[in-house]
Amino acid sequence: MVEPRSREELRHLLDATGPRVDTSSIIARGLGRSYGDAAQCAGGRVVRLQGSPHIGAVDANTGTIDVEAGVSLDALMRHTLMRGWFVPVTPGTRQVTVGGALAADVHGKNHHRDGSICAHVESLTLESPAGTFEVGPERDPELFWATAGGMGLTGVITRATLRLLPVETDRMVVDTDRFDDLDAVMAAMEEGDDRYRYSVAWVDCTAGSRAGRAVLTRGDHARREDLGPVRRRPGARGSSGLPATRLGVPHRLPLHPLNGATIRAFNEAWYRRAPRQRRDEIQPLGRFFHPLDGVADWNRLYGPRGFVQYQFVVGPTDGALVRRAIELFSSRALPSFLAVLKRFGPGDPGPLSFPMAGWTLAVDLPVGPELLPRTLDELDELVAGAGGRVYLAKDARLRPELLAAMYPRAGDLARTRRRVDPAGILRSDLSRRLSID
Amino acid sequence: MLDAFGQPQSIVVLGGTSDIAGAVVDRLCARRCRTVVLAGRDPARLRDAAARATRAGATQLSEVVFDAREVTAAGTTVDRCFDAAGDVDVVLLAVGVLSGRDNELDAAHAADVAAVTYAWPVAAATRAAARLVDQGYGRLVVLSSVAAVRVRRANFVYASAKAGLDAFALELADTVRASGVTVQVIRPGFVRTKMTAGLPAAPFATTPAAVADAVVTGLATTDTVIWVPQALRWVFGVLTLLPTAIWKRLPG
Ligand SMILES: Cc1cc2nc3c(=O)[nH]c(=O)nc-3n(C[C@H](O)[C@H](O)[C@H](O)COP(=O)(O)OP(=O)(O)OC[C@H]3O[C@@H](n4cnc5c(N)ncnc54)[C@H](O)[C@@H]3O)c2cc1C
Ligand SMILES: NC(=O)c1ccc[n+]([C@@H]2O[C@H](COP(=O)([O-])OP(=O)(O)OC[C@H]3O[C@@H](n4cnc5c(N)ncnc54)[C@H](OP(=O)(O)O)[C@@H]3O)[C@@H](O)[C@H]2O)c1
Repeated sequence: MVEPRSREELRHLLDATGPRVDTSSIIARGLGRSYGDAAQCAGGRVVRLQGSPHIGAVDANTGTIDVEAGVSLDALMRHTLMRGWFVPVTPGTRQVTVGGALAADVHGKNHHRDGSICAHVESLTLESPAGTFEVGPERDPELFWATAGGMGLTGVITRATLRLLPVETDRMVVDTDRFDDLDAVMAAMEEGDDRYRYSVAWVDCTAGSRAGRAVLTRGDHARREDLGPVRRRPGARGSSGLPATRLGVPHRLPLHPLNGATIRAFNEAWYRRAPRQRRDEIQPLGRFFHPLDGVADWNRLYGPRGFVQYQFVVGPTDGALVRRAIELFSSRALPSFLAVLKRFGPGDPGPLSFPMAGWTLAVDLPVGPELLPRTLDELDELVAGAGGRVYLAKDARLRPELLAAMYPRAGDLARTRRRVDPAGILRSDLSRRLSID
Repeated sequence: MLDAFGQPQSIVVLGGTSDIAGAVVDRLCARRCRTVVLAGRDPARLRDAAARATRAGATQLSEVVFDAREVTAAGTTVDRCFDAAGDVDVVLLAVGVLSGRDNELDAAHAADVAAVTYAWPVAAATRAAARLVDQGYGRLVVLSSVAAVRVRRANFVYASAKAGLDAFALELADTVRASGVTVQVIRPGFVRTKMTAGLPAAPFATTPAAVADAVVTGLATTDTVIWVPQALRWVFGVLTLLPTAIWKRLPG
């Protein structure tokens, strides 16, 4: 792991042609929140940008902000919320860097309306072996889009200008609905998602006959008048709507705290806790966007062998595949915790960018059950056959043969990569595993 | 690369013609493995093993010929295997010869068994571990045996060699752990293969398929020792405590 202290040091690390050069593989890492091997490079070098605490001012005219790529979305949100601005897209955790978010072209609960994060980028600076590039959707769009969702394979993003979203408060107005089966929740999402900026459903994949029951939460940023007489400005009285991390998980947990039984119990409680229907509830931002960030080291709940995340997307008319996946998990007793279902809007031109219009399902599966690898392989085939794909930021097990079917424009990335990295030193364990050239 | 379930895309098999190794390669190629390097002493049998791997799904095959009695050449042989493979996810060490009661006092035979079952594997494992450490990741799987746990008269030359190899591999595992490389020791009981052809089966006898299943599932774990069948772990836990006089009278 190397942490360059200056631009010169970073350029030196990327230099693959000069005298005295280390031509071993190199890849950028943010906060390491991708589940798989995207930010690893065995035997090579992993570059971490030293997170500068400095965040510039929001340009009030354009609603844009200049940020260094090592800044976390958490820090960025705390900074901008006080001033009445919110990040355009936030994934299920705030503990990711701007660089990591752009490299994975992350999506949030607002994808159906706002697209993924790279749709909100004016420009970025990329340090590649072949040089320094200032790119944006208008300026060298080929390199910009290869970098958007490019999993670090075009170079190290060091800076970006993002367009922010103006907000009046640090609260959310949330509607919650509980459904007994999958068809009902999917119908409700198709019918009503467009009325909300944010929408996501949690689906039970465990409980035999109850598999498919769901809790749908949808919401918007609260306006001042939504909060009634106590007018809350964002950040009023030191609050930013973002709680500090609380509730640590003890280090010495029994071996498999989240086994089939505890997961079933968790899912049962989660479902029961949700009201059948609730309207206009005011929630703090943190609870709405990042419920898991409240549990420090929550992933240790899965025990020492860890877990895999599986997230796929299929077209709007292939919702049956979501049902098939849930049936497979529940009928094969593969315990899964927090299955998340969401509708995506259209994707963007990034060759490795994940989102595309349709349905996406994300599940956390503890490693262990013998049927798990084969089941996921079967699902991959179905997803690829339907023209869908799996999310590389969460992948650690896809069969390389399926990459081209899932990401048919991966060849465009290869061309761009030869331009900015002729010696081919930008490599990660992900790119090696999936033979992404 | 190894995937989240420890499944390799490339493997080097030292003892590529072994029955147990063949069953492992079948299973790995049915999943992710495409690059297979087979090292063995007999070119014709190596070709058969390569054809079998191809049927199982391998697309990049290489064969390396060596004789394990040439202990000092072990490092070179391992280097040739690594150079043929590119990234090496898993190395499977399956070389060994059984000794019997017919030539217990034959020095030349003892030397061969010790060389092939202990000295060459130790040298080869050392070189393989060094290459994996350079590479920054990888798994070395060593086929030991329950015979290593308590040496028996019936095959004591072989068993003592396995005892040495087993102890060596456990320490090697510790030595490389910090580098991200893992070493796993497999201890099968009696397995019906060409090595044991004609011998009466011992209790808990098993098959190459069962050993291969255990190796493949073991790849998903970081367990240092894997017993096949698992019950032997408890059986040998007791057997190692038996007084010698009783141990000597056990059948098999
Ligand atoms: C609890 C949880 C919930 C999540 N929810 C979502 C979600 O809702 N939506 C979603 O889209 N994702 C989600 N993710 C995935 C996460 O948003 C992405 O994996 C993100 O890329 C992680 O950012 P990071 O800074 O940790 O980057 P890392 O994990 O360190 O790296 C991810 C990738 O970005 C590259 N990279 C990092 N920094 C740079 C840089 N400066 N320049 C170039 N490349 C770089 C790396 O090479 C790597 O390929 C979730 C993850 C977790 C743990
Ligand atoms: N079978 C059992 O009961 C049992 C039990 C526990 C552990 N094991 C171990 O499992 C491993 C695989 O054994 P197996 O049962 O599959 O038997 P096997 O088919 O006989 O495998 C032994 C391997 O060692 C090779 N070999 C022997 N002498 C050699 C030499 N001089 N030079 C190069 N290679 C040589 C063999 O090559 P050829 O094919 O050319 O002979 C073969 O590839 C061995 O380490 C064995 O000790 C076996």
